[in-house]
Order: sequence, then C-alpha cells, then structure tokens
Amino acid sequence: MASPNEPSPPTDPERRLPPHHNPLPELSGQDAGVISQADFERVQASDEFVELRRRFRSFAFPMTVAFIVWYFLYVLLSTYAVGFMSIPLIGYINVGMAMGLAQFVTTFLLTWLYVRHANRQLDPLAEQLRNDLEGGA
Amino acid sequence: MTWKAVPDMQMGNPLLNMGIFALFVLITLVIVVRVASRANRTATDFYAGGRAFSGRQNGIAIAGDYLSAASFLGIAGAVAVYGYDGLLYSIGFLVAWLVALLLVAEPLRNTGKYTMADVLSFRMKQRPVRTAAATSTMAVSFFYLLAQMAGAGGLVALLMGITDHTQQGLVIALVGVLMIVYVLVGGMKGTTWVQIIKAVLLILGAGVICIMVMFHFGFNLSALLGEAVAASPDGVRVIEPMLQYGKDPLSFVSLSIALIFGAAGLPHVLMRFYTVPTAKEARRSVSWAIGLIGAFYLFTLILGYGAAIFVGKEAILAAPGGVNAAAPALAFKLGGEILLGVIAGVAFATILAVVAGLTITAAASFAHDIYNSVLKDGTATPENEVKVARITAVVIGVISIVGGVAANGQNIAFLVSLAFAVAASANLPSILYSLYWKRFNTRGSVWSIYGGLISAVGLIAFSPVVSGLKSSMFPMVNFAWFPLTNPALISVPLGFFLGWLGTVTSKEFDAAKQSEMEVRSMTGAGAEKAVAH
Repeated sequence: MASPNEPSPPTDPERRLPPHHNPLPELSGQDAGVISQADFERVQASDEFVELRRRFRSFAFPMTVAFIVWYFLYVLLSTYAVGFMSIPLIGYINVGMAMGLAQFVTTFLLTWLYVRHANRQLDPLAEQLRNDLEGGA
Repeated sequence: MTWKAVPDMQMGNPLLNMGIFALFVLITLVIVVRVASRANRTATDFYAGGRAFSGRQNGIAIAGDYLSAASFLGIAGAVAVYGYDGLLYSIGFLVAWLVALLLVAEPLRNTGKYTMADVLSFRMKQRPVRTAAATSTMAVSFFYLLAQMAGAGGLVALLMGITDHTQQGLVIALVGVLMIVYVLVGGMKGTTWVQIIKAVLLILGAGVICIMVMFHFGFNLSALLGEAVAASPDGVRVIEPMLQYGKDPLSFVSLSIALIFGAAGLPHVLMRFYTVPTAKEARRSVSWAIGLIGAFYLFTLILGYGAAIFVGKEAILAAPGGVNAAAPALAFKLGGEILLGVIAGVAFATILAVVAGLTITAAASFAHDIYNSVLKDGTATPENEVKVARITAVVIGVISIVGGVAANGQNIAFLVSLAFAVAASANLPSILYSLYWKRFNTRGSVWSIYGGLISAVGLIAFSPVVSGLKSSMFPMVNFAWFPLTNPALISVPLGFFLGWLGTVTSKEFDAAKQSEMEVRSMTGAGAEKAVAH
C-alpha cells in the first residue's frame, strides 16, 4: 500500500487513493492505485518520457542559467559600477533604476513563458503517462 | 535594523492600533475554529490542509508567508533611508522565486508528502538523510522564528507606545500563545487562511498608500524620484547604488547569493506546495506568488521614497523603531490615525501569521521525519504522529517566546539573512541534486546538508555581525576572522561541492528508486491526492 521506502500501516486511508475512491474503496483490494516497479522502469525508458524530460529540461535549464546571469550582472554592476548605473536615462530614472525595474519585467515575463510552455508542451504528455501508469496497473 | 525605543515620539493612537489588531485576531480565530471544526483529524489535514487549496489561494498564502514584517517594514524603511539599495535588496527576494517555479515546486509536489525530507530521502537511506534534512529544517525555521519574535518587541514600542521591557515581553508572550492556538486548533488549513487574509490586507494597505503617494506626483516615477533627491540630505545619491552597502559591496554580493538560492530552500515555503491537489496547482501557486510579491516590492519602492519625501530621513531615523518606522510614519502622515491603525494591525498580523507558518513546519518535520521515520521506523500511526506534532508545536512556541523575550532589543536582524543562507547552502543543493542528478546518493546528500548548515552557521559566528564591531551582537569581544556579514559566498558553493564529493566517493546507488522518483516527479503518477470531505 505505502511506497516501499516509507513503511506505513495499512490503516492510513489517504495513501495512493484517487479522489473517486473516497470514501474508502470496497471494490478494490490492497493493491489499488499502486504502481509496480516494472511500470516505472518501463515508462522511464519509453520514448514519450524521454521526450517529456527533454521538453522540460531544454526550457527550464537554459532559462535558469539566463535569469541567474542577468540577476548577477545587475547585482555586480550595482555594486562595482556605480558610475555607470548612475547615468541618467529619462528624467531622474537612471540606468540602475531602469535595470532594476527591468528585473521585475523579466521575472514576470519568464513566469508567463514557463506557465505557457508547461501548459501546452508538458501537461498533455505528463497526463498521458500518468494515466498509463495509474490506470493500466 | 535595530528596534530602539524613544518614548516621546509615539505616533497615532495606541488604543486604536491595538483595537484593529484585536479585531484581526478575533476574525481570524473565528475562521480558524470554523475550518478546523469541519475536519482536522488526519495527518494530511493537519500538515497539508487536506491538499484542498487552489493554486490561487495557496499563491496568496505563500505571499503572506514570504512578506514578513521584516520585508514590509524593513524594505520600505531601507528605501526611505538608503534609496536605491533598498530596491536592490528587494529584487533578490523576488527573482529567487524563479528557482522555485522552474526547478522545485512541481517535482516537490509530485514526490513528497508533508515535508522537505520526504523528497530528499525518497531514493536514499531513510535515517541519515531524514535526520539531516529535519535538522536543517528546524535550524532554518528557528532562526527565522527568533528574528520575527524579537522583532515583535520593537513593533510594540513603535505602534502601541509600550517601551517598558517587561510589558513588551508580555506582548511577545501573547503573540506566542496566539500562534500556538492557531496551529493547534487550525492546523495547516487554519494557518493558510490566516496567511491569505493577512496577505490581502497587507497588499491592499500598501497599494492604497502607494496610490496616495503617486497621486501627488501625477503617477510619474521620475517626478517622485526628483522630489526624493530634492528632499534627501544625500541628494542624488539616494537614487544611485551603494549608499548603504558601499563600504562592503562583497558582503552584499554574498547576501544576494543567499537570497536567490535561499527562497526555494525555505522549508516553510516548500511545505506550502503540499497544500494544493496537483503539480499544476503548485505551478499556479508560484505564478500567483510571483505576481503578488513583485507588485508588493514595487509598492515598497514607492512607499519608501514617499516616506523619504513626506516624513524625511531624519524624522524616520529619530522615530521609535528607526528605519522600520518609515511605512507606518508615512501612513500616519497621509491617512492619519485610521490608516496608521490599519497598517499597524497588519504589521502585527504579519508577525503572527509568519510565526504560525514556521511553527507548523518545524513541528511537522520533527513529528514526521524524526519521531515517526527515524525513531519509530515509520510504524507510528498517523494519529500518534499528529499528536507528537501538536506537542512539538507547543514546545516550539514556548521556546520561541523565551527566545524572543531574551533577544528583545538585540540586533538579530541578521538571523533572517542567515536563515536564507542556510536554506541556500544546506537545502537547495540537495534538492536540486536529488531531482536532477541521477547519480546522487546518500553520502552526497548528508555531506551537502551538514556541510552547508555547519559552514553557514559557523562563518556567521566568526563574522562581524556576532563580534568585533560596535553594532555586533557581542561588541565587547572580537573573534571575527571572517570578513563578510553573510556566509553564502563560501557556504553555497561548499554545499554544492560536498554534495558532489560525497556522491562520487560512495558507490551506493538505488537504481529502482531513482526511476520511480524521476517518473513520479515528471508525471505526477502516484502523487498524494487531495482529501475529499
């Protein structure tokens, strides 16, 4: 009933049961909802899973590097290039203030891009694999 | 951020401030009792609010957890007094959320149950990794908790006109007792609702003052900045970097490392991802949190410059609470006693809500990871586990009252940045490695957690914040050989390095659990479901 590395008494009704099994299932036995080790390994090796992982990583990893580089560029310029950051751009808004506000803009933008990517590119594939694992036991 | 009491500078009407705070307590208590009476018996209810919150609700609660009194009063005050550097500081707190969004929130929700240790120990040997993860969870929560409780003393001086140390102690004790009640009665569900109400009040309150300020300047940011330059004794330097950190820029770089890698390793934030039913809702939580936290920091920028213009730097520094008085003083100037009362009530509510969130996290980690998984080998019933969690919450509450009273008036604001530094050095390397590095194993995890924890705490102990300077915790002695005021520059790379070193020097590897964890983290198959009531 419980995951193998986390022994728990079978009296806990909350483990591994999809919502439609509430209240406690009468038709299904002890193994309801449990996914076998072989299934995990089969899915991990499947083309669909490899594709899901590729789609996720090819977006998340480069974006992580990008925002970290952009943030530390901003921090290092603010700490060690005060003269440059103090150049006025529009009225009293200087380079530093503009870059600071741009950090807000890029953070919001990246959030929106990732949510869109995940909704369109990741969720359908993840759902298909999840249904395969949870339904096909 | 020291909290100094100057008795003759009291603003507003203390009775009104207290009245609004009492009203908040009353309303939230009624809500907590109501949600709790419906269902709060199982472990999933107590730790994770039945996993029944929507992404939007949880996102608001995350913002509530994150926008502590230190960030509300502290950042607005930093902008008011130091200008640009306050903005620079707040940006680290915001950008950090991208780490949580892109790399942590969804796989964490998919593989864990109640605590951070669930994820870290998923494919490792249970006892050593759970013990390490629980130790670091409790360390981070305790540093954060102590900072909040001690800060309450200063807030009392500022907003209620109570300057007597004993009476301040009584108010700190009252905050502690209320927090214990929220946690015991409401569990995670009650705590989450308190956070939601508080976050909405805080963001609305800040937004209203912000609009009042911008109205004066025709909603023109350049005009606001120009007026701030004219009003500031520092002149144009108030819109340029390094007015505050100029003497020690490397310490700021170190702090920014702690901020950006720390947020996604804060256990009380991670635990929030278990209160939603799916990974998709966890993602939605983070995007809501980013929107709200970002908007709030933009407000504090305007609040800060507004306070510098309408209140003035000298008046802020002379007020009780010093830098922290900027936002309340601005509220008083623009909206009189009523607006100040609302802001004061919200500031108190903030402390109360944040300490409740921290307490439930530490209690869950002790009961679930140490008591059940390590001491009882996972054989304790959920009822027993929750009972232990409740007892732990009371113990933590009492310790934090005692600690808060003892630390009242001490300069312990560095504890918040230390909590971030420990989260970044001890927790995040292990979280990222377990999720994304196949080969990662038990020794790597344990070395990384303890190495990051010990180096972060150790370096702070030998830094100028603890000894050697007039502003140090112990100004009379000097054992500071580490020059920076934040350890992250050293301890974060060390945490990552030790994780790698421990892994490559150990042959242990559980291939079966690795494939289960990877498939579950990416697909959500077999993830903990919401409880239907």
